[in-house]
Amino acid sequence: MSPNPVYKLHNLTQTYDERTVLNIERLDIFAGEILAIVGPSGAGKSTLLRHLNFLERPASGSLRFEAFHLNGEGAPLNLRRKITTVFQNPVLLTRSVADNVAYGLKLRGKTGDQVKRIVDDALDLVGLNNLTHTGARTLSGGEAQRVALARALVIQPSVLLLDEPTANLDPYNVKLIENIITQVNREQGTTIVIVTHNIFQAKRLAHRTALLLEGRLVEIAETGAFFSNPSDPRTEAFIHGEMVY
Amino acid sequence: MNDLIQGIIQAFEIILSLNSALYEIIWLSLAVSGIALLFSTVLGIPLGAAMAMARFPGRRLMTALLYTGMGFPPVVIGLFVYLMLSRSGPAGQLGWLFTPKAMIVAQTIISFPLVAGFTMAAVMGVDPQLRRQLMSLGATPWQATVTILLEAKIGVIVAIVAGFGAIISEVGAVMLVGGNIEGKTRVLTTAIVLETQKGNFDLAIALGLVLLFLSFLVNVALLRLQGRAFS
Ligand SMILES: Nc1ncnc2c1ncn2[C@@H]1O[C@H](COP(=O)(O)OP(=O)(O)OP(=O)(O)O)[C@@H](O)[C@H]1O
Ligand SMILES: [Mg+2]
Repeated sequence: MSPNPVYKLHNLTQTYDERTVLNIERLDIFAGEILAIVGPSGAGKSTLLRHLNFLERPASGSLRFEAFHLNGEGAPLNLRRKITTVFQNPVLLTRSVADNVAYGLKLRGKTGDQVKRIVDDALDLVGLNNLTHTGARTLSGGEAQRVALARALVIQPSVLLLDEPTANLDPYNVKLIENIITQVNREQGTTIVIVTHNIFQAKRLAHRTALLLEGRLVEIAETGAFFSNPSDPRTEAFIHGEMVY
Repeated sequence: MNDLIQGIIQAFEIILSLNSALYEIIWLSLAVSGIALLFSTVLGIPLGAAMAMARFPGRRLMTALLYTGMGFPPVVIGLFVYLMLSRSGPAGQLGWLFTPKAMIVAQTIISFPLVAGFTMAAVMGVDPQLRRQLMSLGATPWQATVTILLEAKIGVIVAIVAGFGAIISEVGAVMLVGGNIEGKTRVLTTAIVLETQKGNFDLAIALGLVLLFLSFLVNVALLRLQGRAFS
């Protein structure tokens, strides 16, 4: 893990109808790491990912990605295209599975056999090569989630944001997806931020884990230390399922 | 009853006789409504899409105006265009009254709110999270907009079909601003009115059949476009 942060967040806040749902005093995310974000429902995890993908304007504070400081302008396209999210509820296009996976490549001007090859490989990877020509809107929740992952992987992002990517999956497919995440991180150096409700998943995958509570980062630490020796009593309570919220 | 059967038989004779006056009327109907539809599509789809996607002040008012426009009596629009284009009207110098140009103007105004309104409804029916999803995959705002319109394709085609249906079958406005001048501004609907009044039922029926057939053909063509949305 290289010590230079790809993201630097400072006093970043987000408000909805005057209610502060996110308030991150300080968060550095390092190139090539897998960072897990855990926290109760409504803590602001998805909101944080949207900020990391430049899909929201902070109410206040600063967000730096690589050399770019977010300002009134919004992030330039070439930077935006380094980051992608697999959303908690992915929206697929009313097209075939293959066309959905190819979408990001088409946006980037790629065409023809090259696209077909990349798409086929990605569908093989997520175990859906039998559904290539199926209409994407007929898929089950777990299939849709894997299509969304394939669609994100083909564009080879340098930052991959995953919002509960295995929430709808059976144990076999959870394992498959976790292996892909580890593999992409190791082989391509992709920085990965994964939101998960599954503490064991965070333990298995993440280099570091963070607890988000009511929009605030309560604790962020090496995954081992986070679980075996948390410094905040609320972390302790959360990982033992004893948190009252 | 006999009259009707007799009329239909004669109507087919007229259609098959390749009567050149008839074909002029058909051609003018298609040209006027086709051009008006083109204008209202080019204006209406972007407006409808913008009103569905953008947040701007006055959006509610514009929506209300648009919905009003969708149900506006065509003959009132005809009257308005007449007054604008009449010699003493603000656009009187153009000299468009009683020409196909005036008919195109009136039909554009009639169909434009329909195209825009139905497009807006279709685009609003697309999952509001989709834009965020597309932006996350690296779409430019423009690319995202095009993809969203393609997702709404079925509804957008309905919008065009509705716009065309309203004007190809419309009679009051074209009568007012075109004047139903033989060989110049006579279209299928105004010819039907005239021939019926004159008692030429065979010719009126012939024109009616042609009108039905034409709008059927156009709709089949548009639906074929729509069909591809499913594949
Ligand atoms: N567009 C919005 N408008 C108003 N409130 C919002 C909006 N988006 C999120 N919120 C609120 O912000 C808070 C954080 O939401 P967020 O989706 O980030 O939670 P989360 O941690 O991802 O929860 P979950 O684990 O249930 O997915 C919630 O209270 C939610 O109601
Ligand atoms: Mg969430």
